[in-house]
Amino acid sequence: MLTIPSFPELQNIIEAQSADDVQRILQQGCNSIGDLAALLSPAADPFLQKMATRSRDITLQRFGRTMQLYAPIYLSSFCTNRCAYCGFSAENKISRRILSMDEVKKETDILHQRGFNHILLVSGEAPKMLGVEYLEEVALLLRQKFASVSIEVQPLEQDDYARLFKAGITAVAVYQETYDREIYDQVHLAGAKADYDYRLMTADRLAAAGMREVGIGALLGLSDWRQEALALGIHLAWIRKNYWRTALTVSFPRLRPAEGGFAPMTEVTERNLSQMIFALRIFDPDVGLVLSTREEARYRDGMIGLGPTRFSAGSCTAPGGYSQADDSGEQFAVDDTRSLDEVCAIIKKMGLDPVKKDWDSEFQNINI
Amino acid sequence: MLEIAGRTFRSRLFTGTGKFSSSQVMRDALDASGSEMVTVALRRVDLNDPGDDIMQVLDRQKFFFLPNTSGARNADEAMRLARLARASGGGNWLKLEVTPDPRTLLPDPIETLKATEELVKDNFIVLPYMNADPILALRLQDAGASAVMPLGAPIGTNRGLLTIHQVEIIISQARVPVVVDAGLGAPSHAALAMEIGADAVLVNTAIAVAGDPIGMAQAFAKATEAGRQAYEAGLGQQGDAASASSPEQGLGFLDS
Repeated sequence: MLTIPSFPELQNIIEAQSADDVQRILQQGCNSIGDLAALLSPAADPFLQKMATRSRDITLQRFGRTMQLYAPIYLSSFCTNRCAYCGFSAENKISRRILSMDEVKKETDILHQRGFNHILLVSGEAPKMLGVEYLEEVALLLRQKFASVSIEVQPLEQDDYARLFKAGITAVAVYQETYDREIYDQVHLAGAKADYDYRLMTADRLAAAGMREVGIGALLGLSDWRQEALALGIHLAWIRKNYWRTALTVSFPRLRPAEGGFAPMTEVTERNLSQMIFALRIFDPDVGLVLSTREEARYRDGMIGLGPTRFSAGSCTAPGGYSQADDSGEQFAVDDTRSLDEVCAIIKKMGLDPVKKDWDSEFQNINI
Repeated sequence: MLEIAGRTFRSRLFTGTGKFSSSQVMRDALDASGSEMVTVALRRVDLNDPGDDIMQVLDRQKFFFLPNTSGARNADEAMRLARLARASGGGNWLKLEVTPDPRTLLPDPIETLKATEELVKDNFIVLPYMNADPILALRLQDAGASAVMPLGAPIGTNRGLLTIHQVEIIISQARVPVVVDAGLGAPSHAALAMEIGADAVLVNTAIAVAGDPIGMAQAFAKATEAGRQAYEAGLGQQGDAASASSPEQGLGFLDS
């Protein structure tokens, strides 16, 4: 059973680390949670450039000169949860909608024409309106066209995941938002999401269901980022140990302006975010690292090749947002608003190959 | 302390009973090794017979007997040997060996996995001898093996830890103890296996056929301990790292 230590305990581990520890790890490798703590500690800050170089070398060795690209598509903005930081939160007075199958087709056709082959389906949590049947229908529709279809929706049961895998969903992301129980309870005011443990064990249900790839993550700006990153490392190592067949990704969304006007509870600078990315890369050479359009173009461009392996591009975070210009009803405001072509151009300029296809739609279709 | 399936061992050196010049030499060498786990071939030993030459000299209070299925060529033969061992008082622990090739005695991965699945269902504590294949190690753990025993080199060859890179992967992924078995021909080989984080080593031939088996048993005991201590103390790695590799990609783009 996975247990995440309390944040004060994690803080003690991090504070016990010295510059000597960091130097030793940079020379000899990062082999334990204690080592990860050192790379996340304030003692590692002077070594950020060295960490960047190490992270880059490992990323190059394990992933080659490539960057995967995906686009999110928002299926629904209905939500039964009240989460203090989220634009879809149930008490927010926004216009809400759920896409019909025709609308899903229209939205995804646009993304397909733009050149995307990997899409991520996102929605608020309203299981009566958007449950496993709806997702299955969407998956069966999309797998004819797309090489891979991932989802980022409410946590489901293991059987549901097995069913969706069969329907063509290859990857599922469920972010804990914060591993800090106290803060978790403070910001998840109502709804099914208020159950910390059920959410935490979602990766376990997913991997047990045979899902090809599982994504975990923390929303940065809720609790201390160092402790959050250490908890992520513990979660990651636990899944690796117990489900060796599962590929893993980690996301680091920083809080963005959203309806409801929630102000971040802690500051996470670009330097902090970078330290976190480099540390996790050095800790786990094979984990996919996702950097979305929440971040500015300047920052994303600078990070190309240094650790992240997957970018979103040309994203819209409101349901139906690709087929109509209106961006009201979005979950959060994106920062990097460039098109897929523009993002691909800069990736190529940095000497990397932008990969728009991972897996194959024919492969997804054979085991009907 | 080492723990396998709820049983603890102070010594991380496991030994065998084959190839000794006499049962007296065997007893003295095993005593000198400090080993607490001794594997015995069912086809050599009669566990029921107090007059058996091996049983007669080994104190079962002192040595935990690990019956092995040496000689089994497939899963079926291994399972028959296992049940025979249990029926004759050998307990439910088993070193599973399935070696269809009499020349190399290399383990058959498919039959070993099959037998592990069946024997675990039949309440055996299974410690499979295996080639140093990380995926096989994971599959055996998934099937319920209580430890995995990858080989360092083909049995009896004394060639050392030729499989070191594979064994390192097995150790890094393991959820059960990893015992390096077979091929360790010198104390330095055992020390190396322990230094990289193996939980124990099993040594038979190198002790049994040494000029002085008792002296060699002591040497292996010390090497095993030294290797473990070095692992726990945290070895410095020989480094690719200190070298300034390719030029840096600067961080000037950061806003903070």
